Amino acid sequence: MEFLSNLISGLSLGAIYALIALGYTMVYGIAKMLNFAHGDVIMIGAFTVLATVATAGFPWYIGIIASVIVCTVLGVTIEKIAYKPLRKANPLSVLITAIGVSYFLQSVALLIFGSGKQSFPTVIKANPIKLGSLIIQGNSVVTLIITTIIMVVLTLFINKTRLGKAMRAVSEDKDAAELMGISVNRTISLTFAIGSALAAVAGIFYGSTYGFVDPYAGAMPGIKAFVAAVFGGIGSIPGAMLGGILLGIIENLSKAYISTDLADAIVFGVLIVVLIVKPTGLLGKKIREKV
Amino acid sequence: MMLEANHLNVYYGNIHALKDVSFSVGEGEIVALIGANGAGKSTTLKTISGMLRSQTGSISFLGEDISKTESFRMVNKGLAHVPEGRRIFQQMPVMENLEMGAYTSKGDITEGIKEVFRHFPRLEERKKQIAGTLSGGEQQMLAIGRAMMSKPKLLMLDEPSMGLAPILVEEIFEIIRLFHEAGTTILLVEQNAGKALAIANRAYVLESGRIALTGTGAELMQSEAIKKAYLGG
Ligand SMILES: Nc1ncnc2c1ncn2[C@@H]1O[C@H](COP(=O)(O)OP(=O)(O)O)[C@@H](O)[C@H]1O
Ligand SMILES: [Mg+2]
Repeated sequence: MEFLSNLISGLSLGAIYALIALGYTMVYGIAKMLNFAHGDVIMIGAFTVLATVATAGFPWYIGIIASVIVCTVLGVTIEKIAYKPLRKANPLSVLITAIGVSYFLQSVALLIFGSGKQSFPTVIKANPIKLGSLIIQGNSVVTLIITTIIMVVLTLFINKTRLGKAMRAVSEDKDAAELMGISVNRTISLTFAIGSALAAVAGIFYGSTYGFVDPYAGAMPGIKAFVAAVFGGIGSIPGAMLGGILLGIIENLSKAYISTDLADAIVFGVLIVVLIVKPTGLLGKKIREKV
Repeated sequence: MMLEANHLNVYYGNIHALKDVSFSVGEGEIVALIGANGAGKSTTLKTISGMLRSQTGSISFLGEDISKTESFRMVNKGLAHVPEGRRIFQQMPVMENLEMGAYTSKGDITEGIKEVFRHFPRLEERKKQIAGTLSGGEQQMLAIGRAMMSKPKLLMLDEPSMGLAPILVEEIFEIIRLFHEAGTTILLVEQNAGKALAIANRAYVLESGRIALTGTGAELMQSEAIKKAYLGG
């Protein structure tokens, strides 16, 4: 029973990583860049909930909506201002810019909210579920249900809709996509919008799980989700989902049965082993040579 | 004239790839653009479709200046470009590639897909197959079929015969002729000068980024200079 309960909370943590990893992997797939500011968007999303619900006193659902809107606008704006001018620059410049954006967002949060940990308001009110001696946290249940819905909808969107197909076309060949009448700029904006909206949702779950937020709160889940995306195969959407969930489970079980201090080391160790055995990640496609 | 390009000068950094290139394509024509490897043929097509910009001059299509139009808007204006090397979406099935060809079409696309399958029955047999697994000839058919999905007024083809066995080259040229008969104007880039001149109403010869010669297909086939340089004696 204890194992099952650890497994389920690992699953729920993994679902949060998966939501974040989706943003990394979609942006990588379409814009071919690693957006290291992605984790900080989560932190801004969590602070938005804090400001609207705890400080301004709005109801929880307004907090969620505000957070999704703020993150979406932020993500699209970051792309337009910081990354778009570097579309043809070398990848190292883009990477350094992304790290710069990350520090910028942390500094803005530091200026507005200060450096201390602030307690995250309760936005998810769900009672624990008892199945015999097994108790599942309400928070975990809500996280798992919402994340599953999001993943199903996202998968259908990417595979079945006209816009989703256009996104795949852009990720494969930008010039050819433009010749089909697909605007690469708009597609990249859309990708940042979706990734950042998912980050907002992840921020709410993360804040609810750990109960606090500070200006650096996005850094660790950001890195873990990046690891999850690479683990699953960067650029692959099912890969990000699988990578995130496996990472959450491994982390939680390591904490429970091996050592809390070593949990992160184990997570990164597993990544290294996977990359040695399969360099493209679990579900990564092999990189095709351009003819 | 349907397409008029005047005084194009295109650079890749320091490389002056197109030097004062002017040419035109009339409605209903097949115009060929021939020249050796590196002459600037692909650069010319990319400049027309907005993937590259000319430093000077103008490009007009159906009376409208398109020299500053973003490339993704071209297909809606009736200009389709089948790029060199086909550039089909390798990881998508044949059917989705065709759907992408009709990305900007508002209406029902099943009729367009039927039309493509009528010309290329082999694509219909493989409609669920991932495009990257098609043979070279089938990929070229898909690239042309995909471009036809937008029902273009002007179809620009960049070396459609490249790397194909002679029998497939025949087949591709036959399809080009059929599309032309059905009312599509064609701008054809080829290294295979003999075939291109045979099918073209008019042709331009590019040499090191300059238009060196122009005339009707028949005239150029008779020209001693062309025979020597491009038709193997
Ligand atoms: N991306 C590029 N960067 C630099 N030079 C290029 C690029 N593409 C083409 N060129 C140069 O421009 C000239 C014309 O190339 P291209 O238009 O591809 O010729 P063609 O299609 O007739 O073979 C060549 O000298 C080629 O080396
Ligand atoms: Mg070429």
